[in-house]
Amino acid sequence: MSAFVAIVRRDLTLALRRKNEVITSVFFFVVVAALFPLGIGPEMNTLRLVAPGILWVGALLASMLSLGRMFAADHADGTLEQMALSPNSLSMLVAAKILAHWLLSGLPLVLLAPVLGLQFDLSANALWILTLSLLLGTPILSLIGAIGAALTLGVRGGDVLLSLLVLPLYVPALVFGAGAVQAEISGLGASAHLSILAAMALVAAVFSPWASAASLRIALES
Amino acid sequence: MIWNSWSDFWAMGGYGVYVWGSFGVTAALMLIEMVWVKQARTKALAHVAQELVAAQTQGKDWQG
Amino acid sequence: MMQKLFHYASPQNFYPLAGKLWPAFALLATGLTVWGLWLGMFVAPTDFQQGEGYRIIFVHVPASWMSMVIYLAMAFWALLGLTFNTRLSGMMGRALAPTGAIFAFLSLWTGALWGKPMWGAWWVWDARLTSELILFFLYLGYIALTSAIDDPRRADKAGGILALVGALNVPVIYFSVKWWNTLHQGASVSLTKGSSMAQTMLEAMLIMGIAFWMYAIAMALYRVRSIILVRERHAQWVADLPEVKAKTLEVQS
Repeated sequence: MSAFVAIVRRDLTLALRRKNEVITSVFFFVVVAALFPLGIGPEMNTLRLVAPGILWVGALLASMLSLGRMFAADHADGTLEQMALSPNSLSMLVAAKILAHWLLSGLPLVLLAPVLGLQFDLSANALWILTLSLLLGTPILSLIGAIGAALTLGVRGGDVLLSLLVLPLYVPALVFGAGAVQAEISGLGASAHLSILAAMALVAAVFSPWASAASLRIALES
Repeated sequence: MIWNSWSDFWAMGGYGVYVWGSFGVTAALMLIEMVWVKQARTKALAHVAQELVAAQTQGKDWQG
Repeated sequence: MMQKLFHYASPQNFYPLAGKLWPAFALLATGLTVWGLWLGMFVAPTDFQQGEGYRIIFVHVPASWMSMVIYLAMAFWALLGLTFNTRLSGMMGRALAPTGAIFAFLSLWTGALWGKPMWGAWWVWDARLTSELILFFLYLGYIALTSAIDDPRRADKAGGILALVGALNVPVIYFSVKWWNTLHQGASVSLTKGSSMAQTMLEAMLIMGIAFWMYAIAMALYRVRSIILVRERHAQWVADLPEVKAKTLEVQS
């Protein structure tokens, strides 16, 4: 347990020393949320309709951009190998890294989303559901993204390849996440969507660290 | 036989473009794939052969 | 029986087996295609609602089926490979992927050509078509990943994990797309008319499905032989192959 906490603390400390990584992710989200209206037009009725999708896709892309950093730095300086060799379960250490990644890349998006949602004239209820859906959804993105990051570790053109790999796998989270907000707006209620998101997050939390650890071992042994 | 004439067959009741566009591209891609795997085999054999020849000549140089 | 299976798990033994089998599958594929097309194009009647345009199903549906079956086959080989650490499993995955991707593309292409006259649009966000699109992306991802990694063993294993994760996700993706589609579109459109199909239509479609399956197997077996040649090129048994010996003479002259 202490190793888990230690890894989370370590990753957070290291990342906060290079704050620009965290900020880039957040900044990207803000820019994307502003770009879409510029591309679509200022008609508020249209924007209100497309807001859930835009905000969710923006968060998804911002989260995806930061995936490459999850293991790269530790791989480069040999820490990752030490983790693999240590008596601690690699799955647990990977889970710690994923949590740290989410705290740095996912949580800021969750906190920022309601603010950006105001730009689209979303109601207070919709904003609340948006925040909840991202709170449940962004961990899924970090968890699934970790598998992709592990598979493409050290591969040429890894970042673009990583995006191609994880995007299809992100679709269910996107559908239920944005769908939750839309269901709230249309009065149907988002409870079903949020339950499914929660279930997906749980399943991902159980399986992804193990799959990512397996992928890391494959990347490290060559 | 359900077609009154060949021209009826090709016309496909007005849907000719869509039907033959589908069948045509399917056939074309399958043929291309067949050519592709044949080429892959030729290249594989050439690759293997070249490495063997290189190994043999290297061996000769070392002995000679 | 198990010993027989493990005997063929070695590339050296699988190579001649594949060499004997692929022509048989190719022949079956050809025969079944002729039969299927005969039934579909010359015997099956006109559809009451869709006219002659429905005949696209004789390639669209088999292509869709195959794109899914091949992905499952890839996942199966991936599971074998990760469990038993056999080299051949990775090679079979790589041999299957291109054919699967082509079928996924054909499913989308023929789907669009079917959709245009029927629904008036080249693309509709129908649950099945959208899932097929995502499956196509999964294929591309697998091919991209395995091509990008230089070390063949690492590429095989990484591809294997990706194929497995993808296969486990395909039902989830399909379910979520179906959910997304029904909530946004109201009445769902069905590519095959809900009511019972004429017997001959169904028969032709099934025969074409099996024909495409035989084709896919033939392609995969033929392709894996080339992969085996390159991967095992340092082995003596490869050097002793008549086709390799002939090629070395050709290269030397």
